[in-house]
Amino acid sequence: MSKQVTLTIDDREVTVKQGTLLVDAAKQAGIAIPVFCYHPKMEPAGMCRMCLVEVGRPVRDRDTGEFVRDEDGSPKINFTGNLETACTIPAAEGMVVKGMTEKVQAGRRDILEFLLTSHPLDCPTCDKGGECSLQDLTMAYGPGESRFPLADKIQLGKHIPLGDLIYLDQERCIQCGRCIRFQEELVDDPVLNFYHRGRRTDIVTYSDPPFDSYWSGNTTDICPVGALTTADFRFEARIWEMDQKPSLCTHCPVGCNLTVDVRRDPASGQIEIQRVMPRQNEQVNEIWICDKGRFAHQFTSDPDRLLTPLIRNEEGNLHPVSWDQALERVATGLKWKEDQMMTLVGGRLTNEDLFQLRHLNDGLGGQAALYSQMAGGDLVAEVGLGKGSNLGDLGPGSTILVAASDLEEEAPVWWMRVKAASERGAVLVAANPRPTKTDRCADHILRYPYGEEAETVAGLLKGRSGAARAIAEAEDLVIFYGNEGQGYEASRALAQTCANLLSETGHAGKKNSGLIAVWPAANTQGAWDMGFRPLAENREALENAGGLYIAGADPVGDGLVEELGDKFLVVQELYLTETARQADVVLPAQAPTEKAGTYTSGERRVQRFDPVVPPRGETLPDFEIVSKVGALLGLEMPNGSADAVLIKIERQKPDYADVTLTELRKVRDQQPIIVPGEYAYIGTAYKNTFGLGVQLAPFAQRAKTTRGDIPEYPSISRDGLLAVPVTRLYDRGVMVACSDTLAPRLISYQFVVNYEEARKAQVKSGEEVKLKLGDQEVQGLLLVEGNVPDGVVLVPRSMGVPLLEPAEADLRPALRSEGDD
Amino acid sequence: MNPYILLRHRDFPAIHQLDVYEEQGGFKSFQRAVTSLEPQEVTEIVKESGLRGRGGAGFPTGLKWSFMDDSRWPHYVVANADESEPGTFKDREIMEKNPLQFLEGVAIAAYAVGANRAYIYLRGEFWQLTDELDRKIAELESAGLLGDDLFGTDYSLRLYTHKGAGAYICGEETALLESLEGKRGKPRIRPPFPPAFGLYGKPTVVNNVETLANLPLILERGSDWYRGLGTEDTAGVKVFSLSGRVNKPGNYELPFGCTLRELIFEQGGGIIDGAELKAVMPAGASSSIIRVDDQILDTPLDYASCREMGSDLGSGSMIIIDETVPMDWLIQKTVDFFQHESCGKCTPCREGTYWMNHLTGRIQQDDDAANQVRLLYDVASNMRGKCLCALGEFAIMGVLTSIDRFPEEFPGQVESEEN
Amino acid sequence: MNELNAKYAQEIESILAKYPPDQKRSAVMPLLFLAQQEQGFIQDRALTEISEILEIERSEVAALVGFYTLYHDQQGGKYRLQVCTDLGCALRGADEFLEKLCSQLEIQPGETTPDGLITIEEVKCLAACDRAPMYQVQTGSGITYHENQTVESTLEKIARWKEQAERGEESR
Repeated sequence: MSKQVTLTIDDREVTVKQGTLLVDAAKQAGIAIPVFCYHPKMEPAGMCRMCLVEVGRPVRDRDTGEFVRDEDGSPKINFTGNLETACTIPAAEGMVVKGMTEKVQAGRRDILEFLLTSHPLDCPTCDKGGECSLQDLTMAYGPGESRFPLADKIQLGKHIPLGDLIYLDQERCIQCGRCIRFQEELVDDPVLNFYHRGRRTDIVTYSDPPFDSYWSGNTTDICPVGALTTADFRFEARIWEMDQKPSLCTHCPVGCNLTVDVRRDPASGQIEIQRVMPRQNEQVNEIWICDKGRFAHQFTSDPDRLLTPLIRNEEGNLHPVSWDQALERVATGLKWKEDQMMTLVGGRLTNEDLFQLRHLNDGLGGQAALYSQMAGGDLVAEVGLGKGSNLGDLGPGSTILVAASDLEEEAPVWWMRVKAASERGAVLVAANPRPTKTDRCADHILRYPYGEEAETVAGLLKGRSGAARAIAEAEDLVIFYGNEGQGYEASRALAQTCANLLSETGHAGKKNSGLIAVWPAANTQGAWDMGFRPLAENREALENAGGLYIAGADPVGDGLVEELGDKFLVVQELYLTETARQADVVLPAQAPTEKAGTYTSGERRVQRFDPVVPPRGETLPDFEIVSKVGALLGLEMPNGSADAVLIKIERQKPDYADVTLTELRKVRDQQPIIVPGEYAYIGTAYKNTFGLGVQLAPFAQRAKTTRGDIPEYPSISRDGLLAVPVTRLYDRGVMVACSDTLAPRLISYQFVVNYEEARKAQVKSGEEVKLKLGDQEVQGLLLVEGNVPDGVVLVPRSMGVPLLEPAEADLRPALRSEGDD
Repeated sequence: MNPYILLRHRDFPAIHQLDVYEEQGGFKSFQRAVTSLEPQEVTEIVKESGLRGRGGAGFPTGLKWSFMDDSRWPHYVVANADESEPGTFKDREIMEKNPLQFLEGVAIAAYAVGANRAYIYLRGEFWQLTDELDRKIAELESAGLLGDDLFGTDYSLRLYTHKGAGAYICGEETALLESLEGKRGKPRIRPPFPPAFGLYGKPTVVNNVETLANLPLILERGSDWYRGLGTEDTAGVKVFSLSGRVNKPGNYELPFGCTLRELIFEQGGGIIDGAELKAVMPAGASSSIIRVDDQILDTPLDYASCREMGSDLGSGSMIIIDETVPMDWLIQKTVDFFQHESCGKCTPCREGTYWMNHLTGRIQQDDDAANQVRLLYDVASNMRGKCLCALGEFAIMGVLTSIDRFPEEFPGQVESEEN
Repeated sequence: MNELNAKYAQEIESILAKYPPDQKRSAVMPLLFLAQQEQGFIQDRALTEISEILEIERSEVAALVGFYTLYHDQQGGKYRLQVCTDLGCALRGADEFLEKLCSQLEIQPGETTPDGLITIEEVKCLAACDRAPMYQVQTGSGITYHENQTVESTLEKIARWKEQAERGEESR
C-alpha cells in the first residue's frame, strides 16, 4: 500500500495517497476546486489557471527534519503569499490549503474575466448551456459584467467541421487543450492540435482524413465549453428537457455503461433517443465510449423496423397478422417439426432471451446453436478473468498478450485500457499477422503467417524470447484472443492454446489474470453460458433441421446459406432481414434499448440494463415472445419480466448464483469522483447510480483445471492469394448500418490488399474488383493499404462477403471478362 | 583597461580562428578537465567561482549542475542561444566573434554533467551564425577536440546546433526543450526542473551562452580569480547590451559593481543630443523601469542592488530612455511585443496581453485615457502572480512601473500598489 | 511519392543524424525549413511528406507552422524584408524607416510588391538593437541580416534584386 498523507483543505482534514494532486485531494474531501484544463484522467497542464489556491507548507527544522511548532503546539505553516495551481501540486503531509479566501476568490474572478473577454456569451443558443463548466463557474466565481468592450472581441468561425462527427465553434473555445491532450495521451490519435499562438490560438486538424478517430465523441464530453459538439446532437435539444436512462452498449463485448438521454420529440410525439453518453464504470469503460457506441443508436428509431408479426399466406407472401395468429402458427409449426428442431441465436440477445430460447429448444428436444465463428466460450468460463479483476489495476508485474486481434477495431475500449496498462508499466505482447495500432504501445511484437496463431502462442510457453519470459515471469497474465483471419477450427485451437498457457504458467483462476475472448457481439459469452454452442460444430444439423427458430441472426444476409429450403422457419428480428424474408413467421422483437435484461461481457461481468424508450409498434421482448410460444406448446416457461427470468438463471446456472438483482444494482464510490451537476472536474460523463454489475468467478477460481488437448485444424495452403476474414469497427452490420451519423464513416470496401498485390492483379484502390473464392465469385470495392502482408487479401466481416475462414482466392479487375487472361 | 574575458575578440580580433584561440590557451581547460579532473571537481570549481546564470534569472550555475539526477541517463546539455529579449544582443556577439570560447564552454559543461551530446538552440534568425558554428564544430571534430574518445580517454562528446523558428518564448528553458523535441514551444509546468526532467524527459542542464563562455577562463585561472572580479553578491564580469537613446550603443563588458553612470556616460557616450536621461530598463522589455536619479546612477550594479532599485538586472540589457520618449508610447511597444510572443498556453497571459494591447492603444490615442489607464493598471495587476511562466509576468512589469513611477505622464489617478 | 525525401535524401539523413534515433520528431523544425526552400512557404504537400518521414501526424507538423513566425503558410514575395520595429530599434528611428520604405515601395507592411519580389513585414526584436534601423531578409534558402540601414541603401538593394530577377527571366 502506498504512503498516505494528511492535509487540511479549507479546514477539512483529508488523508490521501501520496502524490495525489491537490485538486483531487480536495474532491475527496468533498470540496470542488474549479478547473477548466485539468482532467483527472489526464496529465495536468496548468494552463487555465482557474484552480488557484493558497498553499501553506509546514516548516521543518533544518537539523532535525521535524515540524517546527508554534507556541500552542500546532505546526508552523509557511504561506508564500502567491496563489498556486491546485492541479499541479501534489498533496504533502501537513499542507494547509485555502480555497475560500478573498485573495483566492479574487484570483478566480480575474481568471474568469480574462476568459470571458474572448467568449461570445451565446449561452442561449449553445448546446452546452446547462452543463457548461464556464457557465457554472462564472455563476459561482465570475464577475457580473465585463470591462472588455464587445468591439474588441475577435470574431472567429462558429461552425467548423473538424470531421464528419465533430463541429468546432472557435469563439467558444477557451484553449484548455483537453481535446488535444485526450487524442494524444489517451488514444494515440494526435489528429487535433493548436494552430497560431497567443490570442489567435485555435484548434485545428490538418490530418487526412480530418478528425478521424474512433474516440472523437469523448472530446465533446470533456470540452468544458460548447466549443466541440457532435453532429447528431448539436442544436437538437436542451439538456434540461431530457431524461437520463442508464443503459449498456450493444455493439461489442466490452459492455460499456451508457446513459441514454431521451426526450419526447416535438415533431413525432415519440420519446426518442437524443444522445448516448458514457456512464462511469471504472472497471469497464471508466468514463469513455467509442464513437460506434455513441453514434450507432438509430437501430431503435429506424423506419424500417418490424412493427407487427407477419406470416406467410397462401400466395407465399408475408403479411401482417395479430400476435395471437402468429403465435398460434408458430406453435403449430414447431409441434409438427418436433424432434428435428434447431434454435439459432445471435449475440445481441440478452441472457434472459437466451435462457428462454434454450428452455423452449430443450422442451422441443432441439439443437441450440450460436451464430458465431469464434470458439472458446467454455474456456473463458473456465479460465476467464478471476473475480475481483480490473484491467485498470494492471501495471508493473503484469503481462498482457493480445493474440490474433486488431483490438482497437474489435473492442475499442479494451484497446484503450490495454494501452493505459502498458503505460503504467505492464508488459504488452502483441501477436498478429499484420501490424495493428496495438503494436505502437507493445513491448514485444510477434508477427506470424495467417494460420499459425496457435503455434505462435504455444511457442511462448517453451521459448526463451523476451515475450516468453515476460509471460513466464508475470505476476498477472491477461490474454485477449480475437478472430483475425481464423475459421472456427483455428479459433478453437487458439483459444485452447491460450487457456493452456494460463494454466501452465499458474495464472488460471487468479485475480487480474485470465482469458478474454474478443467476441464479435455484445453477449456472445452469455450465449455460451446459457448453453448455446457455435453452429460450426454442427453445420449438418442446420441442413437436416425440419424446424428452425432463428433469433437475432441473419445467415442468409451474410451469404452463409442461400436457401433455407422447406424448413418451417420462425424468425425473431428487428428488421425484415434476408433470413426473415424466407420465414414462415416473422416475430417483431424489441431493440435492446426498449427492453430490460442482462449481458455478460467478455470479461464475464454480468450487467443489467433497463428500457430507455417505449417499445415501437407491437414489438415484444424476445424472452416474452418465447414464453408465449412455450406456453402454447404446453411447456412450463418462467413468465413475466426479465427480472423474473433472471431469478431462474440465478437458480439454475451455478456460475450465475451470485447474479442477483441486489448485487447487480450495487454501486460504490469510484475514483475519480463524479458529482452530478458539477461538470468542470470530469465533463459530462454520468455518475453510475444504476449498478456496476457482477463479475463471475471462472471455474478455475473454484477448482483446479488441467491443460486441454489442442485440436487439430487444417493448415492453410498458401499457393495463391489468401483471403482472410478480419474485423473493422465501422462495418455494415445490422445495428450500425442504419446510423445516419456514422454513415459517412462506415467502410465501403470489401477487400484490402497491399500495393504490390494490387499491382500484380492490375487493380487500384477504390476500384470495383472481383474476388474468386473457390467456385464463387464476389464483386466489391478494393482498398489498397500499405501494411497488409504479401499474398493476403483482407476481407472485412459484415460487408456481404461470405468468408468464414481463410481461403485461396484470386483477385482481378471487375470489368475484365474471363476471356481476357 | 583590463583585458577582456568574454569579448576577447576585441583584444585578439582573429580569436575565432582555432590556431589563434589555441595560442591564447584555448581548449586547454577542456582538455585538462577531461584528462585530469573528475566531473564533480569541475562542478565544484564552478560553484566556488560564484558564476551565476547570465540569461536573466541569475541562478548559481554550479548549483544547477549539481541538481542533475544521476540515477537516470543519458544526460544532456543545452546551450540557450535563443537571444530574443528586446534590448539584448550580447550572446550574438560572443558567438559571432569569439565562437570557440563559447563552444569550449559548452564542452566543459557537458563534461561536468556527464553528457555525451549537447545541443545549441539558436533562434532561427541567427541563420548565418548557425552555419558558421556548424563549420566550427566540424573543425573541432577534425582537430580531435570534439568527438569520440577525447584526449585518449573514453569520454565522447558531440555538439549539434538546432535552429528555432521565431518564438521569444523558446528562450524560456522548458519551452526551449519542447521546441527542441519538435513541438510547439510552450513552457512546461515546473517542477520538475530540467535537471530532473529535461530534454526527452532526461536530466538536462540548460545554460545561457554568456554563462557558458565564462567557463574556459574560470577553469584556466581558477575560481578565486573569478570570484575576485565583481561584487560580493555577484562575481565576475557581465556583458551589458546598451541600446536606446545613447550615443554609442553596443556591448560593454564590465565587472559587476560598475555603475549606470559609467556605462551610460563613460562607455556609452551619453544621451543623444545631450537630452536628459529619464529612465533605464536594465533587463530589456521585461524590465521594471527604473526612474533615474543621481543616487541610482552611482549605485554599483549587481543582482542585489538592482533589486533594491525596484528592478531586476536580468540579462543586463540596458535600454536607455530619455526625456523625448513618452512612457505611454513605450509601454505600447513592450505590451505589443509580449502580446505577439505570448504562446497562448495560460489564460492570464494570452488574454491579458491582448487586452492590455487594446488599452495601451486607446491611451495613446487619448480615447477616454484616464479610465483606460486605471483599467490597464487593474488588468496588469490581475495578471500578476497567475501566469504559467515568466513571460506573462514580464509583460506587466513595464506597464505597472511606468504608471507607478511616472504618474505625471498618465492622465487620471491610479491607486498605485507600489506606494 | 515523397518528393521531399527524393529530392533531399542526403540533407534529410544528416538532419536526422543530429538526434537520437528514437527522437526523430526533433527533426521536424529543420525539415520544415528544408521544405520551405522550394517556394518560400510550407506547401500542403510538405506536411504529408514530413509526417511520413518522421512518422508523426500531419496535424503535429502543421501545429508548428502556425506557432513559429519564420514558417509561412502563404506565398509571399521572393524576398521577405522583415523590419524590426521593436522597442530598441524604434528608439532609433525604426518606425520612421519602415514608414518611408513602405511609401517608397507603395505597399503596406504585410503586403507584397506587385512584381512578387518583396514582402515587407514588421517583426519583433532581432537582437540587433544597437544597429537600428535594421532588417533581416528571409528567402526560401535562409536569412541574412542588414544593419545600420537607410531607406536609400535598402532601395538600392531592392533595385539590385530586381535586376537579378529580370536577368533571370531573360536568360530563361
